[in-house]
Amino acid sequence: MDKEQLNSHREVLFRYALLQMRDEHAAEDVVHEALLAALQGDGSFRSESALRTWLIGILKHKIADHYRISAKYHSIEALNDENDAIETIENLLFNEKGHWIGTIGAWTEPDHALEQNEFWLIFEWCQKNLPALHARAFMLREMVGLETEDICDDMDISHSACRVYLHRARLGLRECLEQRWFNAGHA
Amino acid sequence: MMKRTCIEISELLSEGMDRSLRWHERLAIRLHLIICKSCYRFSHQVQFLRKAARRYK
Repeated sequence: MDKEQLNSHREVLFRYALLQMRDEHAAEDVVHEALLAALQGDGSFRSESALRTWLIGILKHKIADHYRISAKYHSIEALNDENDAIETIENLLFNEKGHWIGTIGAWTEPDHALEQNEFWLIFEWCQKNLPALHARAFMLREMVGLETEDICDDMDISHSACRVYLHRARLGLRECLEQRWFNAGHA
Repeated sequence: MMKRTCIEISELLSEGMDRSLRWHERLAIRLHLIICKSCYRFSHQVQFLRKAARRYK
């Protein structure tokens, strides 16, 4: 296994680990361990995405090892098991004919928001307020950069559930940002 | 059937961030966006969400 080739996946692995562990140092450690283990492997892969799937598999084991004796692990598991039996966001946002209730707002200069610290606080807050499974699917897709197949695998859900989670996460996050930021006089 | 509701279009717009859409799906979106301001805005906002998520530390 080629060191440079592995290193090109470091960023994705780090983001994945950080998402699970919420601790930069611990995340760096497990990524390092995972890459070391990968170097000793003799896998040859048809594609970069196959390689990445394999690397994430190794990383998951390293993360599990890290937490095996820690109570924190249980609280993260509990979070992921939280069920999302709330009223669906579709019912809140669309009428029975399938049209938006109200109008979607025009966001003035959204890119400008990215430069402001307060925006990131709101973004984080909105993300944390999504149902845990939706937030997780969204983060795996948009922050870690996984393909949907890998997300289904990772979360052990069907492809259609994955699609629904991502859609609901986007609807929810959009709605929250509109209310808390773009319509709140910040933009 | 070309006529789709906003909820269906928003699903397609979301899916379009995750896979390449088929030509008839892209066409349905394009036709819908001509007449629907809300979905037009939504189509830009989902892309903004990606941009923001990638910058988020």
